Amino acid sequence: MANPQSTFIAIERPEQGIVVLAPNSDIDMSRSPELRSVLRQEMGGETHKVVIDLDAVEYMDSSGLATLVEAMRNAGNTDSKIVICNMSPKVSAIFEIARLDSFFSIVNSRDEAISL
Amino acid sequence: MDQRPEIELRLTSDPMYLCGARELVGCIARRIGFDDMDCSKIALAVDEALSNIIRHGYERAFDKPIWLGITPLKPTPESIGGIIISIEDEAKQVDPCAMKGRDLEDVKPGGLGVHIIHEVMDDVRYEKRDTQGMRLIMTKQAPRPSESPRLSEKASACKVTISERSTSRR
Repeated sequence: MANPQSTFIAIERPEQGIVVLAPNSDIDMSRSPELRSVLRQEMGGETHKVVIDLDAVEYMDSSGLATLVEAMRNAGNTDSKIVICNMSPKVSAIFEIARLDSFFSIVNSRDEAISL
Repeated sequence: MDQRPEIELRLTSDPMYLCGARELVGCIARRIGFDDMDCSKIALAVDEALSNIIRHGYERAFDKPIWLGITPLKPTPESIGGIIISIEDEAKQVDPCAMKGRDLEDVKPGGLGVHIIHEVMDDVRYEKRDTQGMRLIMTKQAPRPSESPRLSEKASACKVTISERSTSRR
């Protein structure tokens, strides 16, 4: 079940059909289940774009990556889009190590992600 | 391991404690002389190894023991130091040869941990413990600034320079 009162992820709706998810701490095995739950809750329906703002995320492990890969696949099935923004160099490094940097739509800022 | 690690930490297999293990390893790596990015990557390798034990070894039982050992390595002509990290558990034993990363061409969730560990660390060795469980021993050297990974493609040129300097000192 999704957690509607997540303290780990701020949820904003800047425009009709767009949801911004902003985790506020590291994404590891202890946190990724909550991210997965919120992503499942927010994708589909009226939502055509989910922006994942990683500005406050200093660390992510492969469980976070797996969660995002799963979300990308689900987005394809629901005709919606996932855009990742504000990625730090250290978080970016894990995408490169896993050779997933070209698999995701990654932009520099939240504004860019929303307008993409 | 031939010797006991200089730093030992016993933790239970609860994902909540991964952050503590990362902080400890990252902090020691920084004192050894690894740069910020390498410290983060070494912490990532440890996180992935611990997560694999919790997820696969202990099948998400969150009350099992894991031992994390850290031993700094002394500087050498090629490095300003290094780190040996050992991680032991009491989980089911598996063939060490089976501990390989998967093909990354197939983009799918999961299965990235072992690949990441091999990418980050210089040497990775899995072995069965004598009584029960597995042991992972990972080593990484901190290159001297002139041999940073960014310049690794010019490694042969750098080695010539170092060799010449060593000779001239004698």
